[in-house]
Amino acid sequence: MTLALTVEKLHKVYGNGFEALKEISFDVAEGDFFALLGPNGAGKSTTLGIVSSLVNKTSGKVSIFGIDIDDNLTGAKLNLGVVPQEFNFNMFENVKDILVTQAGYYGIKRSVASERADYYLKKLGLWEKRNGAARMLSGGMKRRLMIARALMHDPKLLILDEPTAGVDIELRRSMWEFLRELNTSGTTIILTTHYLEEAESLCRNIAIIDKGQIIKNTSMRSLLQQLTTETFILDIDTSLSEAPQLDGYVVRLIADNVLEVDVEKEQGLNSLFERLQAHNLSVRSMRNKSNRLEELFVSLVDKNLNQDKA
Amino acid sequence: MNAHDLFIAFWTIFRREVRRFTRIWPQTLLPPAITMTLYFIIFGNLIGSRIGEMGGFNYMEYIVPGLIMMSVITNSYSNVVSSFYSTKFQRSIEELLVSPVPNWIILSGFVLGGVVRGLGVGLIVTLLSLFFTELQVQNLLVTITIVFLTAVLFALGGFINAVFANSFDDISIIPTFVLTPLTYLGGVFYSIQLLPEFWQGVSQLNPILYMVNTFRYGILGVSDINVGFAFMMILLFIGGLFSYALYLLQNGKGIRS
Repeated sequence: MTLALTVEKLHKVYGNGFEALKEISFDVAEGDFFALLGPNGAGKSTTLGIVSSLVNKTSGKVSIFGIDIDDNLTGAKLNLGVVPQEFNFNMFENVKDILVTQAGYYGIKRSVASERADYYLKKLGLWEKRNGAARMLSGGMKRRLMIARALMHDPKLLILDEPTAGVDIELRRSMWEFLRELNTSGTTIILTTHYLEEAESLCRNIAIIDKGQIIKNTSMRSLLQQLTTETFILDIDTSLSEAPQLDGYVVRLIADNVLEVDVEKEQGLNSLFERLQAHNLSVRSMRNKSNRLEELFVSLVDKNLNQDKA
Repeated sequence: MNAHDLFIAFWTIFRREVRRFTRIWPQTLLPPAITMTLYFIIFGNLIGSRIGEMGGFNYMEYIVPGLIMMSVITNSYSNVVSSFYSTKFQRSIEELLVSPVPNWIILSGFVLGGVVRGLGVGLIVTLLSLFFTELQVQNLLVTITIVFLTAVLFALGGFINAVFANSFDDISIIPTFVLTPLTYLGGVFYSIQLLPEFWQGVSQLNPILYMVNTFRYGILGVSDINVGFAFMMILLFIGGLFSYALYLLQNGKGIRS
């Protein structure tokens, strides 16, 4: 298996003494769609900053497609595309020029760069704005511009640091489609996001980082299997004054005709419906109280916090 | 990256730099043209006619080389300091940092951009000076070489200033409090022979004196200092500042956490 990214014992102490990373290690396989999640200040952006050489590491090793950034930074960078969290282009520059200029930094001829820029401008819905200044773009467009810019040199590994922050749901879903397409065509993608639904929907493998340490590194499937209890919200057709007693289930009445039920993994939903029927309660609709990954994420981070306190 | 790729990367940075200052020409090219025209009128024509000769030339002829050099120095410096600092401020420097462009190419692109602005403004000022006096270049090679090297030196200075700058105030401190006084005291308006011996010695510590005088030597054929020594000093400074700027880039001073 070829590894797109290898991070070994990565350690970072900032000038003010803050230890952002405590010798973390993880791998990302070629072709993977990998989520790097963590609460604010956990060390995600520092990790990605070191990988993309925007942050100097204190110690440790980073290799991109087997190329150690300490031995051959130029070679490593050629394989890497980066979409940062903050807008980092010249706001006064023309949209298409930003793309063509970026390609130039990789030694790509203007004529080739111009064609490529046209392709991505169309693909990402920026074509109409190509001749305008970047500052005139909406927030979502600016994010797409940064994605287009990161793809100008056809990188094998694409790092996206919260690419859909502040983007409306419709646009977010169209960006997901684009990223899926990109991943299917062979680009390895590393994603950080605060929208856990996004990570669950897109990513196959995941690492959760908290306080500069990796607290979970596994496949999305096996992580979700660790979820033992799910909470469902049920809309029922009868108004109730108190929560019904359903044998084996914890039920809470949160509105006249809305129930919140905790369901253990091994209990399943059939027996829940049977018990509801026994109370002459029909369910009109049901949904998860929160995203499954979100529940796991919160419990893992809480657990880490409690361990620290202990 | 092979040599061809490196050249494209260099050309991309250089082209962007030149486009930047030509796009905002009312802020970059027009003001020095107006200022220098005023200098020519006031110091050269009005006051100069009462001063008489300086170094064997009429005052207008004497100050023209100095004023051209002053424009070159100011503009090559301010182009790089403002451009590189803006790039840092807007974080678009990250576009370059994540790319495989070697640091010496980044530095060369910014510096050459500043050099072109410095030389461009120098040319504009030279053309304007022709409305006021005749210019007969005595030594074309010395003139061109010294003006080019001076532009390189001050573009490098602007780059280093921008690396250390943390605010827009920081990019005007050096030009205001160091560059302008050194330029004015660097023999632009007078020959250091007019100064008492002690101040002549002090003046010789001012690097701008060597550039202004070597340029004046190229045009008028007269100089207060040894031209060969001046070239040696400038090349030494360029080598030192280039190495230092490269070291700062390599260590990510002001641009990497």
